[in-house]
Amino acid sequence: MESATTPHISALRKTPLNALHRRLGAKMVNFGGWDMPVEYPSSGGLIAEHKAVRASVGVFDVSHMGDIRIRSGKKPGGALAAVQHISMNDASKLAIGQAQYSAMLYPEGTFVDDVIVHRLGEDDFLLVINAGTREKDVNWVRENTKSFDCVVEDLSDAFTQLAIQGPRAVDVMRKLADADLNGVKNYWFTYGTVCGLKSTLIARTGYTGEDGFEIYVPSDVATSEKVWGHVIEAGREFGIIPCGLGCRNTLRLESKMALYGHEISDKINVWEAGLHRYCKMEKGDFIGRAALERANGAGVKRTLVGLEMVDRGIARDEYVCCNEAGEAIGVVTSGSPSPTLGKNIALAYVPPAFSALGTVLYVEIRGQKCKAQVVPTPFYKRPKKAAAPPVS
Amino acid sequence: MAYPKTYRYTKEHEWIEVKGDLATIGITDYAQHELGDVVFVELPKPGAKIETGKSFGTVESVKAVSEIYAPAAGEVIEANAELQNTPEKINTDPHGAAWLIKIRLINSTGISDLMDAAAYEAYIADKGKEASA
Repeated sequence: MESATTPHISALRKTPLNALHRRLGAKMVNFGGWDMPVEYPSSGGLIAEHKAVRASVGVFDVSHMGDIRIRSGKKPGGALAAVQHISMNDASKLAIGQAQYSAMLYPEGTFVDDVIVHRLGEDDFLLVINAGTREKDVNWVRENTKSFDCVVEDLSDAFTQLAIQGPRAVDVMRKLADADLNGVKNYWFTYGTVCGLKSTLIARTGYTGEDGFEIYVPSDVATSEKVWGHVIEAGREFGIIPCGLGCRNTLRLESKMALYGHEISDKINVWEAGLHRYCKMEKGDFIGRAALERANGAGVKRTLVGLEMVDRGIARDEYVCCNEAGEAIGVVTSGSPSPTLGKNIALAYVPPAFSALGTVLYVEIRGQKCKAQVVPTPFYKRPKKAAAPPVS
Repeated sequence: MAYPKTYRYTKEHEWIEVKGDLATIGITDYAQHELGDVVFVELPKPGAKIETGKSFGTVESVKAVSEIYAPAAGEVIEANAELQNTPEKINTDPHGAAWLIKIRLINSTGISDLMDAAAYEAYIADKGKEASA
């Protein structure tokens, strides 16, 4: 047996909770240059962690994510103008306390990174970015906001970010936070006291397809471990368990959420990735817009589809998709067994002619052509909350 | 989990138990732990020939694919059919019910050079130290 993930420990970066993960016996891997927990055998491992988030609640250390604050310079309006220029969604539509999924694009209309933009104030924004692209993103944002009257701060090392995810996450947060969470809808945020830490940012966001929260606390080890401990304590009655990046990946894949370097990259544009919904061409100019307009006229050569394996076999990242004749037509960007569905699923780029639901194609697995079928996505959608029982 | 004294072990974390000219092959408890939840196993059919040091199948967890290398050369006489529907048995009983294949040995030279249980336990203890350094 040979493991696919060979750890290279020495140069890896660590979150403030690294020692805690090791004490918990987590299995650690190199994730984009970070020494991160992939699963916790003490939680029952990846599948148990995945199921806990779907059924109840789990907690993730996502402190490797980066944070960029853009606020106004001397005159108001500079930060908003800068954010509008560097991201594809319309930040002017955000209320203070609201967040949106967006992306930063190259002039070619391909991805620098995807990002969650939080509007902290009238002219004050927090962009949460990916771990593997942190330095690249910060440099790119600084470079491309130079001509705007705004201040760019890299706050990535200032926060420990915990994600509390699952249908019972709200119950855990109610116990944990002195804040009114009823008004905090999906993709909104508030501030509250968490473990005695005043003005803690509490956002109803996540990367699992479930209801959930992400909280941002000071990044010293003592505070980070204390908050983690309080989350576990508050979640105990709901069966909360520590969850690693392994199930974070299977959860986001089932929900068809993009992962940088897989579904989106500097080679893939917005139309191909199917992220039109978050790209507001009518908002005015932004980096990448002109290329996207041209690309839209030309039509896409490939498009992202969901696949379900029909034959035995698991499609994995970078496996080749082919047609009946065995000719290569596309490539898998993410593939895995789905713990929720009990099926083997994948996302893949294929020509539009192969994108209709029900289309049969094949994934080459160790030299074998294995049958797969285009299916609707997301693979999993969280059930709508049942209406509260009538009060008599 | 204890490592049976009668087995021999490879650096790639396979075990082999030899009885006369027959041998049973599986992966070790250390290997299943490293892999995590096993969800898929691909094994050769009876009659297939396997060669020492060459891959004869794969074990997949949710996250990763692992090749399994033959500790000895032989002809497959049985593959563990139960693992097709219950691959997770590899996580619970890797040294017993979740054996992978039985072979008729063609050449048993080299088997005695493989690690015994004590040597293998020292080998994986060393790996553990590396990982937490």
